[in-house]
Amino acid sequence: MDFLATFTELGHNLGLGFSTAALPVNLAFCFLGVLLGTLIGVLPGIGPTATIAMLLPITFNFEPATSLIMLAGIYYGAQYGGSTTAILINLPGESSSAVTAIDGYQMAKQGRAGPALATAALGSFFAGSVATILIALFAPPLTDLALKFGPAEYFSLMMLGLVASVALASGSVLKALAMVVLGLLLGLIGSDVNTGAQRYTLGFLELADGLNFVAVAVGVFGIAEILRNLEDESDREVMVKKVTNLWPSKEDFKAMIAPVLRGTALGSVLGILPGGGAILSSFAAYTVEKKISKTPERFGKGAIEGVAAPESANNAGAQTSFIPMLTLGIPANPVMALMIGAMIIQGIQPGPNVATEKPELFWGVIASMWIGNLMLVLLNLPLIGLWVRLLTVPYTVLFPAIIAFCAIGVYSVNSNSFDLYAVSAFGFLGYLLVKLECEPAPLLLGFVLGPMLEENLRRAMTISRGDWTVFFTKPLSLTLLLMAAAVLAIVFLPSVRKKREEVFVEEG
Amino acid sequence: MQINVKDAASGAIFILIAAWFAFQTQELQVGTPLRMGPGFFPLLLAAVLALLGAIILVKGVLKGKPSEMTGVPWRGGVLILLAPIVFGFVVRGFAPLAIPPLGLVPAVALAILIASFASRRTTVFMAVTMTVLLTIFCLAVFQKLLGLPIPPFAGPLEWLNPYVDAAFAPFGAAWAALKSVFGG
Repeated sequence: MDFLATFTELGHNLGLGFSTAALPVNLAFCFLGVLLGTLIGVLPGIGPTATIAMLLPITFNFEPATSLIMLAGIYYGAQYGGSTTAILINLPGESSSAVTAIDGYQMAKQGRAGPALATAALGSFFAGSVATILIALFAPPLTDLALKFGPAEYFSLMMLGLVASVALASGSVLKALAMVVLGLLLGLIGSDVNTGAQRYTLGFLELADGLNFVAVAVGVFGIAEILRNLEDESDREVMVKKVTNLWPSKEDFKAMIAPVLRGTALGSVLGILPGGGAILSSFAAYTVEKKISKTPERFGKGAIEGVAAPESANNAGAQTSFIPMLTLGIPANPVMALMIGAMIIQGIQPGPNVATEKPELFWGVIASMWIGNLMLVLLNLPLIGLWVRLLTVPYTVLFPAIIAFCAIGVYSVNSNSFDLYAVSAFGFLGYLLVKLECEPAPLLLGFVLGPMLEENLRRAMTISRGDWTVFFTKPLSLTLLLMAAAVLAIVFLPSVRKKREEVFVEEG
Repeated sequence: MQINVKDAASGAIFILIAAWFAFQTQELQVGTPLRMGPGFFPLLLAAVLALLGAIILVKGVLKGKPSEMTGVPWRGGVLILLAPIVFGFVVRGFAPLAIPPLGLVPAVALAILIASFASRRTTVFMAVTMTVLLTIFCLAVFQKLLGLPIPPFAGPLEWLNPYVDAAFAPFGAAWAALKSVFGG
């Protein structure tokens, strides 16, 4: 009976979602999102984080649902585009497609580029569909749980999220931790919510509302990335054979069913974890396939499993990483942090209330993911030749355009020039830190969570009358903190550390 | 003894930033755990950052492996960082340099022109072509299509606006038709 009720509710919710997502304006922007996502996924040197940061201010003029639908489309669209170049020219457009390149490129060399691309697209589509249903199933109970969260629980949950982002950053754990703390500090710049005191504003009125999130994101991800690309201006060699015979054979289908299922399951689980998402999922899925294969020696030489599993996993992970963002208001990765930024710009307080107060937004975004995935399959397979030709666009033409879009985008948020100076300042800081091998993703997460973390810490301490043990006496809070401690302990274990370094070396 | 410059330098930078935040906290009330003032959490964070910075610095100095540094694109770097600033000066005006607000078109055009010279491969012809095409594109997309409230020209160049409107008039009709189809 209970099951039936859940099922009916799910149907009702998805119905609401699809009726929102199927509005012509939402369909149009969903299409624009996945199109842009594929485009930047194909082009190396510009990723979904930078693109979403640039387009964030423009979406201010849209309806909230439309804006989130488009931004989400960019994110998962980039996963598709990234795998296309990984397979065809051994150049992963996105880091989440890095493992796909291993076997995908070998398949292409053996003249089986078509089946490899089709496997990637079909696997991704299957994983995306499953993940959409999973989000629909798990979001309501998680929202209910989140509504029971007090400040202490929220504080501990955010700690877990921040620690997890550290664990997944490449390079030194210590540096990633420092970047999180630096991000938290930067997030506190501006007026103090409780007392109105000006903090670290150096007298700039423009800083009273804090540093502009878009300016920081564009600077640290967009500008710094351009500077890094300018270090090496060598030619991209593009040699693509004509892709013939797209459809996989019967044997191919048989060989890919199990890996796709496993990849989907693994990706869905890893995506939900704070700090998780597409990159981790694809690496884990590839490793699992190689481990359980009866013929592990085929991996690296064009095994179809090596394409099917990670491609399903990264798409599933990309999508389930929306769950903590939509239900708890906690970003699992920088892209989700930007999504939260988009909601705040629209005047929506992210968190468990979104599902109850804005059901059409909540379910509309979820339903649009399935529609977007369908569009991606239709968009990608027939148009592969076109996407590949895009790679011949020289970077010299690309980056002035990126700069122009960044400048206009950032300026349009508040119409003040100060934000543009902040872009340059953070571009410089971001580049400097990247040069010193400090990963910028944890900084951005810290920046978004800084004010929330402080607010919940203060509230928790007021409720507990200044007793620090409150975080350990509440069972839920204790569990979350123990998980955070466990994650931290694991990354500092010597054996894990070594393995972790290997994985990220492969990625780079 | 070999020093890992990257670790040592990043450690030092973290310590410096932490020190700056801690120094600035002087003006703020720190308070008690029960009644946290605006300075409490930042001071706590600054202390943690300084500690982490110190560990990174010491580790880099004591058991560092020398690290490779790739070249820095100085010219490109300066120009790329300059472009957004110039955009800010021109779009809004900048009194200390006596720059009047000139509007979107001059701001975008200058930013693109400056940025395009960041690459050593850009020729003057390429830069000018790109500037013209991209400026028109930006004007069409952002100002006309998305309706961003930034005037194409402002201040002493305001008299140019009617010409822009005239040039985009047919385009505007098409957009209005599109809008009515989508009901947006």
